Amino acid sequence: MNIHHDGRPSWLRGPDFRRRAAVMSAPVLLAAALAACSSGNGSGPVTLNYWSFPDNSGAIQQAVDTCSAASGGKYTIVYNKLPTDADGQRQQLVRRLAAHDSSMDILGLDVTWEAETAQAGWILPWTGADKAAAVRDTLPTMLQTATWRGQLYAVPYNTNTQLLWYRSDLVPNPPTTWDQMINMAEQLAKEGKPHYIEIQGAQYEGATVWFNSLVSSAGGSILNATSTAPSLGPPALKALQIMSRLAHSVAADPSLSVQQEDQNRLAMEGGTAAFELNYPFVYPSMKTNNPTLFKNFKWALYPGVVPGFPSRVTIGGIDLAVSAFSTHPDLARQAILCLRDRDNQILAATKGGLPPTLMSLYSDPAFIKAYPFAADIKQALLTASVRPKTPYYQNVSIVISHAVSPAIGIDPPATLNQIKGGIENALVDKGLVP
Amino acid sequence: MTTVAPPQAPAELSRTERRRLSEATRAERRFGWLLCAPAVIVMLAVSAYPIVYAIYLSLQRYDLRFPEQTHFVGLSNYGTVLSSGTWWHAFFVTVIIMVVSVAIELALGMALALLLYYTPLWRGLVRTSILLPYGIVTVAAAYSWQFAWTPGVGYLANLLPAGSAPLTNQWQAIGIIILAEIWKTTPFMTLLLLAGLTLVPEDLLKAAKVDGASGWQRFTQIMLPLMKPAILVALLFRMLDAFRIFDNIFILTKGNNGTGSVSILGYDNLFTALNLGIGSAISVLILICVAIIAVIFILGFGTAAPGTALERR
Repeated sequence: MNIHHDGRPSWLRGPDFRRRAAVMSAPVLLAAALAACSSGNGSGPVTLNYWSFPDNSGAIQQAVDTCSAASGGKYTIVYNKLPTDADGQRQQLVRRLAAHDSSMDILGLDVTWEAETAQAGWILPWTGADKAAAVRDTLPTMLQTATWRGQLYAVPYNTNTQLLWYRSDLVPNPPTTWDQMINMAEQLAKEGKPHYIEIQGAQYEGATVWFNSLVSSAGGSILNATSTAPSLGPPALKALQIMSRLAHSVAADPSLSVQQEDQNRLAMEGGTAAFELNYPFVYPSMKTNNPTLFKNFKWALYPGVVPGFPSRVTIGGIDLAVSAFSTHPDLARQAILCLRDRDNQILAATKGGLPPTLMSLYSDPAFIKAYPFAADIKQALLTASVRPKTPYYQNVSIVISHAVSPAIGIDPPATLNQIKGGIENALVDKGLVP
Repeated sequence: MTTVAPPQAPAELSRTERRRLSEATRAERRFGWLLCAPAVIVMLAVSAYPIVYAIYLSLQRYDLRFPEQTHFVGLSNYGTVLSSGTWWHAFFVTVIIMVVSVAIELALGMALALLLYYTPLWRGLVRTSILLPYGIVTVAAAYSWQFAWTPGVGYLANLLPAGSAPLTNQWQAIGIIILAEIWKTTPFMTLLLLAGLTLVPEDLLKAAKVDGASGWQRFTQIMLPLMKPAILVALLFRMLDAFRIFDNIFILTKGNNGTGSVSILGYDNLFTALNLGIGSAISVLILICVAIIAVIFILGFGTAAPGTALERR
């Protein structure tokens, strides 16, 4: 059998296979064409398939409809919902991209997937006027996540970052460092008051985010500037010491090792916690679920590690990219610029609760009304840190989350060595992913 | 072509006869193959091709994110997997889950089979209700176990001291996985054993009773030896299944905190790390392990492989 370098035997390649595939998919195409004819005019607009996280607020669907209508019959965007969990989303996208699926045009990528999709040649770079339009007024930290090897590969759609949420009835002045926060919580415990610190301690991406925020806040980074080797060092040791201190303290929620964002939210709403490190979605939720506690539910910047130095909390969000296998890349770029324009970002922020990536919005009165913490979010975003940028991000993240969770098992110097060795292996694609 | 006349006429006769016979047989055999052909082609397409392709992939350095780096590396992926502590840990966890769950299922299944066999009333209804767990989709059942053991919301977790999260503790989580497996597949074991039980002649048991054999003696001396083929088949099926355990673990712990089986490890390397070479090597190793289990049962214990029972008798 004649085998090509991409691993597919010859008969699975070339025009023959494509013809067979075309014959097999003909009924589907025919149905799609019929649907297009029945709904539109003669020639019909081009259909652009938009794949992104499932948004139940209706903001994305509304933006999709607005942009389709505004295209003047050039394109119709179809919003396809990916699975709810990030791993499931990535798997579906990657499987289709690896199979050169042309039925995807616009991809909603988590900020950690750009390096691998760009490296594999699955998404198209942005250049010229399109790039200029994409970067205008856009948060620089988010643009960093969308850049790989000096080229812009995606356009930031929304962003997200954590704030410190606390009970002002228990804590009059919010802590500015982790040590201070743990001390306060231990003091509250002595007084017999609610005192837990809510943080994502389960063995998943959230634990990696926690570690990354602490390492960056301590002045370090997980990888070196060129993403070729681990950096870590004393800042990482300090981060592990803080995680370990919390785990052994009465300040830790007993279910720290299973907690994800939503368990944190529930514990805070349940009244057992005094502090919560979480995304802004907890604010409207507290308002609805526990109006009594909501009166004392305040926010501050994420606590730092070194006194006097502000924290550098991990940035999250979605970047929109054009698939390399799209048959209408130019229209897809136009559609992306529409989907993330000012109006649609306000819509996503007010309806969907996701912080926008256009900086000017943070001083827009309409937005501040819906987002009382806009100023703090903006400050957090401007100093935010980016997770390791490498095509091996998944491997690196698994190494970290397995090492730091459960946090009670952290032995700072030994765990640091374990992370260092694991990352070194991951960066050369050596060994197995646990 | 001319043929030289053979010296012995009778021999010649028998040879043509034999040829005619064999031609008929051959035609029959050809017809048989023709009838089988569709099934054989489908089998080759859906099982042989993927297996061969997986073996081929396992000999490559092939990471989906780096298509340009793909090249033949021989057996080095197998070396990487077999020299990795992660693989042996997953292997060890898998073997523990397999041995413990199948042993308990066998004991429980036997008890339930006897109970069913001697149930005087509503036999059909009882049999159906015992089969219910087996009829529930594993993933759906696994989710309900997961909720039950989640602190704060689960009724089982609430029975434990406050603050315990059994699904994050390695051995407790493995215990829960085994429990979910047992709950789920004991009915299957029961059914296979019940079929074996019906093979034991009633007269033999009556005769033994007349001879003064106790209930336990009748069970160990008569029932068990006669049921041996059924027991071995049940054990073989369950062990092959249990070694490939995936869904329960995937839902309950995602393989976190050292609870991953070899199948979970293969999945993580294939679908999360996108490393087709290593992932395929793990898949092939799992296939080899499963084959070894089957061979031990068939050659070692003389288990009748499905379909060979008739030929042996």
